[in-house]
Amino acid sequence: MITFTEPTEQDILNEKLYADMGLTDSEYDKVVEILGRQPNYTETGIFSVMWSEHCSYKHSKPFLKQFPTTGDRVLMGPGEGAGVVDIGDDQAVVFKVESHNHPSAVEPYQGAATGVGGIIRDIVSIGARPIGLLNSLRFGELSEPNNRRLLRGVVAGIGGYGNCIGIPTVSGEVEFDPSYDGNPLVNAMCVGTIDHDKIQKGTAKGTGNKVIYVGLKTGRDGIHGATFASEELTDESESKRPSVQIGDPFTGKKLMEATLDAIRQPELVGIQDMGAAGLTSSSAEMAAKGESGIALHLDQVPVREEGITPYEMMLSETQERMLLVVEAGSEDKFLDMFEGYELDAAVIGEVTDTDRLELFFHGEKYADIPVQPLSDEAPVYILEGEAPAQDETPYSYSDQDLNKVFDALIGHPTHGSKRYIYEQYDNQVGANTVQKSGFGSGVVRVEGTDKAIAMAIDGKSRYVYADPLNGGKEAVAQTFRSIISTGALPLAMTDCLNYGSPEKPEIYHQLEASTRGMAEACEKLSTPVVSGNVSLYNESKGTILPTPVIGMVGLIEDVNFMAGIEISAGDAVYLVGETTKSFAGSQIEKLIDNDIRKQTRDIDLELEYARGMDLRGRLINGEVKKIAPVGRGGIAIKLAQLSAFHHLGMDVEIDLDGEDLFAENASRYIVIAPAGLDIRDGKEIGRLTDEGFHIGTRDLTIDRSIEAISNTWEGAIPQCMTSMD
Amino acid sequence: MKFAVVKFPGSNCDRDMLNAAIKAGGEAEYVDYRETSLEGYDGVLIPGGFSFGDYLRSGAMASVAPITGAIKEAAAAGKPVLGVCNGFQILTEIGLLPGALIFNDTHTFISRNEVLTITNNETAFTSGYEKGEAVTFPVAHGEGHYYCDDETYDTLVENDRIVLTYNDNPNGSRADIAGVVNEAGNVFGLMPHPERALEKLLGSDDGLRLFEKMNAWEANHDHIH
Repeated sequence: MITFTEPTEQDILNEKLYADMGLTDSEYDKVVEILGRQPNYTETGIFSVMWSEHCSYKHSKPFLKQFPTTGDRVLMGPGEGAGVVDIGDDQAVVFKVESHNHPSAVEPYQGAATGVGGIIRDIVSIGARPIGLLNSLRFGELSEPNNRRLLRGVVAGIGGYGNCIGIPTVSGEVEFDPSYDGNPLVNAMCVGTIDHDKIQKGTAKGTGNKVIYVGLKTGRDGIHGATFASEELTDESESKRPSVQIGDPFTGKKLMEATLDAIRQPELVGIQDMGAAGLTSSSAEMAAKGESGIALHLDQVPVREEGITPYEMMLSETQERMLLVVEAGSEDKFLDMFEGYELDAAVIGEVTDTDRLELFFHGEKYADIPVQPLSDEAPVYILEGEAPAQDETPYSYSDQDLNKVFDALIGHPTHGSKRYIYEQYDNQVGANTVQKSGFGSGVVRVEGTDKAIAMAIDGKSRYVYADPLNGGKEAVAQTFRSIISTGALPLAMTDCLNYGSPEKPEIYHQLEASTRGMAEACEKLSTPVVSGNVSLYNESKGTILPTPVIGMVGLIEDVNFMAGIEISAGDAVYLVGETTKSFAGSQIEKLIDNDIRKQTRDIDLELEYARGMDLRGRLINGEVKKIAPVGRGGIAIKLAQLSAFHHLGMDVEIDLDGEDLFAENASRYIVIAPAGLDIRDGKEIGRLTDEGFHIGTRDLTIDRSIEAISNTWEGAIPQCMTSMD
Repeated sequence: MKFAVVKFPGSNCDRDMLNAAIKAGGEAEYVDYRETSLEGYDGVLIPGGFSFGDYLRSGAMASVAPITGAIKEAAAAGKPVLGVCNGFQILTEIGLLPGALIFNDTHTFISRNEVLTITNNETAFTSGYEKGEAVTFPVAHGEGHYYCDDETYDTLVENDRIVLTYNDNPNGSRADIAGVVNEAGNVFGLMPHPERALEKLLGSDDGLRLFEKMNAWEANHDHIH
């Protein structure tokens, strides 16, 4: 190693430099065993990122195995860049959700922007054209200036990337809770469509075939990003700012178009985006999938500056890059094509029959690692979880001033209008958006057809904390409800598991139990998991609430039924589903007690499925006009949101206790339809009106003007954001 | 009519614009910004997006692209030239339309449906609308504040060149201006997106008439200007 000054094999061992890169002693020993010698500096770096939680799922693999991943419509499940599901007519939908929590905590604009860019490339690398973006965000309360700063930056970053690249952001969800103070969650989801015969895999096959690099020149940004994403956030995290990547949506757009062009070429063998762990993971994973070796000549990699070492090149997470394997002899065709798009591209290596990842720089060998163990033999840790004590003592809020609770909840940013956020996202570019952010799932028409894809994203962390097993089921069920509420048939889902440190027994238990619940719900609701992502070590001032985020897509066969549906005064309001005094994890509990009791939450998944499918059928055939699942804040908040969003009054009487309006048990809906309808488990509770918002119960009356409800709801976030911090 | 949809790197409403022209009964093709001729086309459509990433200033880089000369020639020849959003920004940068588009007063991107008023229906672009008619087009921009000096503004008013105004000004534009035409009436720039308003299913079909009138340009233009 003459060209660069780097620590020697012995330095790495003696000074435990591998530990700084995130490898444990036993992991280092395993590397030595695999190589049959001590790893050099570049090799140590490569193992450390490939074996980071972010890339290897070493703590989460056992849980992910529980998920059902197959189904009649599933064309490609987890393991590739994104999942692929059949939507008929030889077309398919491609989607995935991914986290960018740690980078967003340190540098909110770029952290969020590159999160969007990364998930788009995952979809594009399958060969699909993106048709919709979604995001799931969590912050601490907006009373804290830092959380306002993070919200501003994250929203601007998501918009900055998505708007520029020209993909509509059509849905999302946002929650504010003190557990996310300083550790915001930024989960981005992308949905694309593709013809069956265009589906690509990230594979490197055929000895002698060429490896092509295309996209931004590699720089020294985002080095060790994947490792950083797998650590707890500390005061020193600020110094990790260089681990955060910088997005360039303009190049991202060119790269997207160029990739979709490349995918049409028969000489393309495989393609993968360079996301987390950049060149390392893309080359190693493609080689592993193709059961081949790969040799890279790093001096050929387009770089931003002189002197970037092989170590830095392999670990850089410079954005907007793709790695292709093409048939030998066709490389010039691809290079010419990329030149037409004004993108940097170069042949940087070839597929070999050695089953090894070999890295050269001006002929000198910098790494020689067997591919299979690097990619597949990351250690898997099975730890012991510890279930916390449950306390099933019933409790009540009937002695509270529930009118005050009502105002506080509709004026809280979690329940208030998200207009401040979603109006910063271009939600109609592409001119196929049938339903955009505001109320319910996004719906995007498949261009040139009458079909549409419904897409939703949701998480219910307080429920998961209260009861990990059933909370896990509810997270899936809530997203299912969002999808059926558009009239779509739920097809499949993707998930992002955001948790604290799995090395803590209680967190490990949350992971174990909630994923078990999710798996059961996927099975019962016929929504297999086709892709996903894990983000652990979300610890800053404390541990975040366990937050599995579910992204789901559904198919609407003929979207034209949605044209002309309008709800208006005179329509009847129905409550579907029984209400129980379920307060553990509820918003009234958060407001009054600032706590979450660990109590059982009930959900009957068979009932959930039957009810959902029944309502969906009624919406499609025109029997009902609107379905709105009851979620956070219970019936009271859902009715208020409906009223405020549509600027309609309401006159409703419900035979329940006042506190029950704020209960949050599962499987309930508010349905708007003509009066006199017989809906299973449904009760007509009143009418929509032109003026006044009224809910009567056994012991509580809520009376407001439409204006008052609307103003409180609309102002929830803007009133926090007026001061420039 | 055969329309050229000029495609810059970073254009992202190019497909929408192409589809709109075709839906209105016209023909349309993409023309790369590196081309230097627009011969054979009866009209020019400059789509929205972020040409050249909006780096430097929105529309600034596009204004020196090779195709610019041909756009100017088409305008001088009296062919209809429509610039939407980034296309409007480019037309002001080229100098085919007066004024400039600066950052929204909120300094945030704004994406929503806006109600607009057709203030001049005597252009060949807007003759399908009633004067004073309210139409709904989506807006989606970060730099949509229409700015011009007093002299320019007076000229615009005198010649009735303000074609479209916002009912609820989202960006701080002078006098609620959403779209203006050139003196000859054949170059029209507007920030809202008529090409996204072609179907009731998607929220509004108010934009379709604009493209239909453009497609019937000869018949319309002669008796108006």
